[in-house]
Amino acid sequence: MPAPRPLRDIAVVAFAQTDHRRTSDELSEVEMLMPVLHRVLAQTGLKTSDIGFTCSGSTDYLAGRAFSFTMALDGVGAWPPISESHVEMDGAWALYEAWTKLLTGDADTALVYAYGKSSPGSVRDVLTRQLDPYYVAPLWPDSVALAALQAQALIDAGDTDEPALAAVATRSRTSATGNSHAQLRGSVPQGDYAVRPLRTGDCPPIGDGAAAVILAAGERARELCERPAWIRGIDHRIEAHGLGVRDLTDSPSTRLAAERAGLFERPVDTAELHAPFSSQEVVLRKALRLDGSVDVNPSGGALAANPIMAAGLIRIGEAADRIRRGDSDRALAHATSGPCLQQNLVAVLEGEPR
Amino acid sequence: MPEVLKAPLVVEFPFTRSLGPVQSAFLTGLRERVVLGVRTADGRTLVPPVEYDPVTSEEIGELVEVAATGTVTTWAWNHDPRRGQPLDRPFAWVLVRLDGADTALLHALDAPGGADSVHTGMRVRVRWAEERTGAVTDIACFEPYDGATAELTGSEGRFEDLVTGIVAPARLDYTYSPGRAQTAYIQSLAERRVIGERCPSCRKVYVPPRGACPTCGVATSERVEVGPRGTVTTFCIVNIKAKNLDIEVPYVYAHIALDGADLALHGRIGGIPYDQVRMGLRVEPVWSDGGGHPDHYRPTGEPDADYDTYKELV
Ligand SMILES: [Zn+2]
Repeated sequence: MPAPRPLRDIAVVAFAQTDHRRTSDELSEVEMLMPVLHRVLAQTGLKTSDIGFTCSGSTDYLAGRAFSFTMALDGVGAWPPISESHVEMDGAWALYEAWTKLLTGDADTALVYAYGKSSPGSVRDVLTRQLDPYYVAPLWPDSVALAALQAQALIDAGDTDEPALAAVATRSRTSATGNSHAQLRGSVPQGDYAVRPLRTGDCPPIGDGAAAVILAAGERARELCERPAWIRGIDHRIEAHGLGVRDLTDSPSTRLAAERAGLFERPVDTAELHAPFSSQEVVLRKALRLDGSVDVNPSGGALAANPIMAAGLIRIGEAADRIRRGDSDRALAHATSGPCLQQNLVAVLEGEPR
Repeated sequence: MPEVLKAPLVVEFPFTRSLGPVQSAFLTGLRERVVLGVRTADGRTLVPPVEYDPVTSEEIGELVEVAATGTVTTWAWNHDPRRGQPLDRPFAWVLVRLDGADTALLHALDAPGGADSVHTGMRVRVRWAEERTGAVTDIACFEPYDGATAELTGSEGRFEDLVTGIVAPARLDYTYSPGRAQTAYIQSLAERRVIGERCPSCRKVYVPPRGACPTCGVATSERVEVGPRGTVTTFCIVNIKAKNLDIEVPYVYAHIALDGADLALHGRIGGIPYDQVRMGLRVEPVWSDGGGHPDHYRPTGEPDADYDTYKELV
């Protein structure tokens, strides 16, 4: 079944991100975020007052403070009042909300931003709080442990092995040498087991960072950007909460989102996958039917920089930048959330023929 | 720039949750050393049980007992256990499909033989916790087992004295750092001064400074000393005594516009009967020993400020 065509053409017209770093204690969230907002606005010449809708993604659990996102709003210039929303998720889902807002015709431009400072707490422990509170969270299984269960399932199924996982990590961080924002670049030791079979090199760096994207509809996008990255389709799907209900070697939610986003209608040349663990790239490549002709994570991906809550939005931004620069004509961007790729968002971006 | 401040921040709370009929039966069963699953319309048995079929979303509730023995479907070796995890020595995380179940349960496997003794497909059994309360931790862990499938108890999932809720303690530890602007503010308080930051665009002075002007969306950096005197712009009378707070009620909590600031901050008003506090009252800080915010503000004795001088700040 072909994916339905969106009611309005909407494109990514600008993208900016911080340099992602292990710590940034000299900066509050808003201090970290604001330069990114200024840079993304400067790319289009828009001012805050020109933006029709603003949506952000972040989580209080990283900061350990309730309603922490309201502080970050100061960086947007939220007075006089603006049309604004927030998702307690990765910014890729904030972008999805902004996209639907533009589809309604209520706005022609949207600012989407996301940020996460992981350095104040322990990400592995923090992420246990998103698990089923009855059967799973009381056992405190951390994010690396859950990814390791998935990795072992893949190894048992013959889908990968430890050297292949190491190769994914090496390829990602080698690609990241071309990305000045990345946290881990070049040669990174594969290291000891974090939770076997995953080694430290199979795991994403923990760090702080922010990103922002501007969306625009129709002619407005053409005015703001020489080669807009048109969102041809975008969809997100979720799988059962219970890990033991799922086949961890597959990602049917990613495949379904991709199908609904129109991915399988024509080949893509670029894929920015949000795979924080090397083993998750194996699952996603299979679900998305990516072969050797596709440039996967030319930015280095989440193994090179994984600012929680921004890393998915960054995938969309990186894919869009490849199109805007003319390095890609049709790209896919993927974002994930939850343990073992529980929730997945897929966007298909295209540049106009040259 | 002085070093940025840091302090430990612990967020800790008991998460109290009520259980529906299916979860209640499952967790009560664990207390009684019985493992229950739930049967879907197409005949699959889900363990741990859920109230809705994850495929069809149909409501389900037919309880069936499964054995306390099972097979590892995947595993991961955790050589360095973290706080709160089921065992404090190296163990394997496992997904176990119990005999009679079609789905797997996540838990820990105590494997004294180390990582090399664990493999997918290995047989395990439940090791019950000595003290059981009706929680998933009533399964202390799994242990390797090479005997036959465990006998069922014959339970139909009906128990006296059902467990209807759980309390799941949560604790996360952080190192809080307030960033550049608020660090400078807190350090000034230690010297009994109050500083704000001026927006380079609209020239407003924000107290306490947070590093950004919410109107202009630009960084603020020019430091400006404000106060110490100020004007009450609005207030309320607090009649309920807060836990752990050693202040007699009723007392007055007010917004105070410090002289030179374009934003009111809040503080307690003392040194005057609560029913005589009013908008426009001129106040000054009474510093507490050992730094930090003023303990409270008291009247200066000056004539009240004219409404027009602070109406923009109410
Ligand atoms: Zn301003």
